[in-house]
Amino acid sequence: MIVRILGEGQFRLDDASSAKLTVLDKDVDAAVHAGDEAVFKMALGAAVKLVREDGVPVPDDEFVTADYILPFSDATIDEVRKLLTDGTIHGDPTAP
Amino acid sequence: MSVMKRVSLIFRAKADKALDRMEDPRETLDYSYKQQVEMLTRVRRGVADVATSRKRVELQMTSLQKEIAKRTTQAKTALEQGREDLARAALQARGQLEQQYDDLQAQYTQLQDQEEKLTVASQRLDAKVQAFRTRKETIKATYTAAEAQTRINEAFSGISEDMGDVGLAIQRAEDKTAQMQARAGAIDELLASGALEDHVGGGADYIQAELDKLGATAGVDDQLAAMKREIANNAPRQIEANGDGGESTSADDVPAAQQPQAGDGA
Repeated sequence: MIVRILGEGQFRLDDASSAKLTVLDKDVDAAVHAGDEAVFKMALGAAVKLVREDGVPVPDDEFVTADYILPFSDATIDEVRKLLTDGTIHGDPTAP
Repeated sequence: MSVMKRVSLIFRAKADKALDRMEDPRETLDYSYKQQVEMLTRVRRGVADVATSRKRVELQMTSLQKEIAKRTTQAKTALEQGREDLARAALQARGQLEQQYDDLQAQYTQLQDQEEKLTVASQRLDAKVQAFRTRKETIKATYTAAEAQTRINEAFSGISEDMGDVGLAIQRAEDKTAQMQARAGAIDELLASGALEDHVGGGADYIQAELDKLGATAGVDDQLAAMKREIANNAPRQIEANGDGGESTSADDVPAAQQPQAGDGA
């Protein structure tokens, strides 16, 4: 599947790595729900590391949309919540 | 639904909404390309803004270093003059300056980080936009309007995600820069008015004022000592002169309280 890390672009992951990411995704999710910044940082860090290491960058001339989008590697829970709550992408003037 | 999935859907929804509004698919390509070029300008300006902020912090750090060095010199001078109280005050002031310096250092690192990230984002978008331009022309030339629809949607949605990504990155950098500028403005004002000393030293650099006073006092003391020596050198001769005057009573016999009078009388 295709995964984007905000600020770092898109990566293509094989099935094995995708399965691993799905597990980490649950950790990230739980941390956001619990509001536990330390756990969130750790889970997000692990997910980002996995995608960077196992993923292959999508070439510039390939136009696809991501199945998963990871927050910025140094994002906070607040930032993620803000994005999820209002569903708007701040700073993006192309948003309708 | 998981966080990562939801974020991806937010991005996709944005692209879908934009696509729904477009009537002519080919226009979509040109319109999107125009927006991409504008976004490139924005992100480049963003990089320049962060760099400006970073340089400003750099200058402030240099100024603070000078202040820190000044306090160190003051502490040494005060100790040499035997004024431990002043030395202590100077070191306390230095401690506060050092704390401010460390704060700035941390912010400097953050700005540097933002600058790097935004630079990379700008380069990535640049490459993507170049590729989009080629794709756009290929689609226009090769396919009929009806055939082109799917390919246009792909290209548009794909790059739309990049635009959202870069947009967020610019927003983040702008937020950091704004925070930074508010603080930098305050420190600039303090440094310019010399009030930083006021702020950290509890007085318009009263330490320096005290040290200057000590310096001035030392000068006066020297002059006083010189005058006293002069007087002391002259006085015995005057007393001797009195003695030579044939008075029977020697200077030693005169009670201390009367001695000046004896001198006065001479």
